[in-house]
Order: sequence, then C-alpha cells, then structure tokens
Amino acid sequence: MRGGLWQLGQSITRRLTQGDKKAVACRYFASEAELKKTALYDFHVVNGGKMVPFAGWSMPIQYKDSIMDSTLNCRENGSLFDVSHMCGLSLKGKDAVPFLEKLVIADVASLAPGTGSLTVFTNEKGGAIDDSVITKVADDHIYLVVNAGCRDKDLAHIEEHMKAFKAKGGDVSWHIHDERSLLALQGPLAGPVLQHLTKDDLSKFYFGEFRVLDINGSQCFLTRTGYTGEDGFEISVPSENALDLTKAILEKSEGKIRLTGLGARDSLRLEAGLCLYGNDMEQHITPVEAGLTWAIGKRRRAEGGFLGAEVILKQLAEGPKIRRVGFFSSGPPPRSHSEVQDEGGNNIGEVTSGGFSPCLKKNIAMGYVKSGLHKAGTKVKIIIRGKANEGVVTKMPFVPTKYYKPT
Amino acid sequence: MACRQLWASRAASYLRISVFNRAFSSVVKDLKYADSHEWVKVDGNSATVGITDHAQDHLGDVVYVELPEVGTEVTQGGGFGAVESVKATSDINSPVSGKVVEVNEELNSSPAKVNSSPYEDGWIIKVELSDSSELSNLMDSEQYSKFCEEEDSKH
Repeated sequence: MRGGLWQLGQSITRRLTQGDKKAVACRYFASEAELKKTALYDFHVVNGGKMVPFAGWSMPIQYKDSIMDSTLNCRENGSLFDVSHMCGLSLKGKDAVPFLEKLVIADVASLAPGTGSLTVFTNEKGGAIDDSVITKVADDHIYLVVNAGCRDKDLAHIEEHMKAFKAKGGDVSWHIHDERSLLALQGPLAGPVLQHLTKDDLSKFYFGEFRVLDINGSQCFLTRTGYTGEDGFEISVPSENALDLTKAILEKSEGKIRLTGLGARDSLRLEAGLCLYGNDMEQHITPVEAGLTWAIGKRRRAEGGFLGAEVILKQLAEGPKIRRVGFFSSGPPPRSHSEVQDEGGNNIGEVTSGGFSPCLKKNIAMGYVKSGLHKAGTKVKIIIRGKANEGVVTKMPFVPTKYYKPT
Repeated sequence: MACRQLWASRAASYLRISVFNRAFSSVVKDLKYADSHEWVKVDGNSATVGITDHAQDHLGDVVYVELPEVGTEVTQGGGFGAVESVKATSDINSPVSGKVVEVNEELNSSPAKVNSSPYEDGWIIKVELSDSSELSNLMDSEQYSKFCEEEDSKH
C-alpha cells in the first residue's frame, strides 16, 4: 500500500515516463498471474472495468465512466463498489471485548450491541498499525473490517496477542470471513434502492449501526457506513450470492447507481477528509496527530490499557507536535510527499494525499504540519516539481458529509 | 488485453449481455510518435508537440498542464512539462530537440482540451528544430498503433 493507490494503479500511465520498458512489462506480467480475484472479477471485466493490481488483488480502478463522472455520480445518485479485497473478521468469545480493547483506542465495552465505530489499531509506540471499522454485534461477538494492504500484518498482530491472551485463560477466537464478499453501496439512492431488496425497515437504521438481515434472499451483515462521506452501506454477502446482489442493486436503481472503481473511491474519500492508511496514516503517526482524538473513548483516555497508551495519553495532555490538516491550493494538484513550507520558505510538513476535487473543481490535499501552523486560514506554500504554489490550511471535510443520523 | 477481451466476450455471450468493445485509440497519419506517447507534427523547421490519444485515454480527465517557458531548450527524450489528471501525474518528454517558441496558453484555463482534442486544440508546445535528423528515431502512425496494441496486450 505504501505510495498509495495512484502509484499502484498507474502501471500504464507510469510507462509514459518509463525508461526500461521491458523490465516493467515483465514485472507486471509476472505479478498479474499471482493476483487474487474477487467473486465479481468476471463481472468487472465484462462491464469494462480497468483492472489493476492493488494490495495483491486485481481490482477495477475505473469502468467506462471517467473518474470525474463517477465521483460526481456517487454524490448525485450513487455508487456500488466491490471492496471484497478488504478483510472481514469476527472475534468471538466472552472475552472478545476486553481482548480487542488491548489493541484499539475505542471504548468497545460501552458500544451498544449493533453499533460500531471507526477505530485505530496501535503499536507500542502509539503509532497506527491500521484503521478499521469495528462493530459490537453482541457482547461476545465483534465484527471488523481491516484494510486489504494491512491484512497480513494485522492478522499476525491480532493472532500474536490472541495467543498470549488465551494462554492466560482468556476466551476469544476468530473467524476470517473469506467465504464472504463485501460491497459498498454509497450515495443518496443507496437507502431507497437497498430498501427494495429487504423487508427490514432501513429508515430507523442509522449511521454506524449494524444488523444481520436478509437482503435479496441471502443472509448479509449490513453496516451503515462507508468511505465517501455519503450516506450508504457496506454489505457483507456470502460470495456465492455476491453477483446476484450486485445485479439486483444496479437493476433496482434503473442505472442510476453505477459500478465505481478505486479511482473515484479515492477522490470521494479525499473530498470527505478521510484517511487512506499507508498515505495519511502510518506506523509512526499516532491517532492524536491524525486528528482521530475523537475516536479515543473517554474511559480509554482515563484508563489507557491499549498498546502505546502512554505515548498517546501524553500527547493528549501536551498536544501533538504535528497535526493532520486539509489544504486548498493553486497550480498543479499536490500529491503525496509534496513539501509544505511556511510563507518564509521553511519546511513545516508534507502532503500525504492530494488531487483535483471533481466536486469542488479545485485542488484539495491533506497532510501534516507542525502544531501552531495548523489553524484554518494559515497560508502555506506547496512545493511541486521545485515550484512553490499558494496554499491555505482548511478544515475538513472539503465536501460536507451526509451520514444518516437521527434528527 | 486482447486475451482478456476474447474471454470477456465469451463470458458475455454466455451471460447474454452486450460487451463494450474498446476501439483502439486514434492516430493521425502524418505525425511522428515517440514511445513515451507524444506526437510531433513537423512543418519546415517548426514542430508542434502534444500527447497522443492513447496517452490521454489512459490518463483520464486532464486537470492541469505544466507548460515550459518560451525560450526553454528541449532535447529529444527529455522532460519539459507535466500533465496532471484526476488520478496521476505524468511527465511529458519532448520527441525532438530545439527551442520552445510557443506554448499553448489555452491549456492554462482549459486543460481538458488535451482529452477532447489531443491532436489539434490540445497541442502543448511548438519547437524550433535544432536537428531534424532526429525525426528518424520516431515511429510513424502505423508503427505507433502497433506499439500501443502490444503495450496494452502486455498489461
């Protein structure tokens, strides 16, 4: 995942500037055969999906619609994403909650059954191993989804701690949901369209909530969440029913909900101010620096008890040295690793994600700057190919979020 | 891509749905092409340079074109600017050596012309050639079409 979506997705365009073409061609040829395919792979290809290697999977970066059009259509109508490369996991046992609390910053104990939250897995230094949406299905069952690119290290990390926890008599076990596929249905039509496919009343099912229910004839795990800033759902469906459900959703929307690839998904999450692990959050970045202090439960702030708690609680008390902020800028779109300077030309930080916002029609970016220079309105210079471009620190999200919450 | 397309159409006929067959990108007969996907149109000692239809198609929506200053010296195969799309940044290499005598200022306000008209309104720079013998290092339209086909099938 290091380097992010674009570098991975750009095998062809990168060759615009490649010197050693043969070497590159061979490398891709070799790796493509080893890529994993989701249950919808053939459907993607038939629908014009441009398949690219992403975190060990062959995934559609876009379909026939341009990334610009796909992004706009998600906010206007809706998008359906195949995100089956992400890893769904259940932790079960009467000690599942105290076990998970050792690894994440969330107050899992106080989550009501059927609700969830974004959280962060931390290391001993308080840095982020991964971000994840966790749900308390019941007091003895946690369902969570981790990033595809972090799957191996996350599972190894969880397994290592689980062994130690069980050795001390703790009751916890896991199940990795490789028998399931994951679809993300996002946008204003997500609710109305999904309602056609289930008897459950979705009007009282709010952002962050979780339910096991029948959708289109199969038992699904439904979470009202997403990665676009829009209202929407992530649907974990048995893989043998994934294609039928995909077709049913597209059909019920009368073509308005479009298949959408990872390209637009990245534009959408950036507009919503959401982190991409590997770009905007890494091993050495703490949740406090990443602006996710809100995700550290009150009880956790008082008690600690998670990996790296000393570092994180100290940062909470003293304030972090760097902070994640948003930027608007002129000139070429900032990209990951563009240097950020103050008006006097001193280095103050770095861009971690950036691009042209299809909705706002201007450049947006996020990155880290020194504390004190993080206030909205602070003028900065963003250095791209050696040239300084005007920028300003801005609050996020860039595009207002539309999560479905009780009024 | 060729193999996959064949497979896809088989799957499609089985599923009784129609397949979108991607047309090969267009080329223009009298232009010369570099393997880094730029074209050059030579008129006497003056050469107009842009990126090909194939390149713009792979880049997607162009949102910014970084132009060089008039007077800049460019060399064959050397970078002189960049094209930014929603998804990526790509350097633009000069297919010829010489001095930049004009840049397409229109692209500052309408970068999408690179997508809509890669061979006409979307031209990028004009160069005063310093060595016209270099043109023999470039491909003609037929060779370039074949080159793109091969490159796509490798992918």
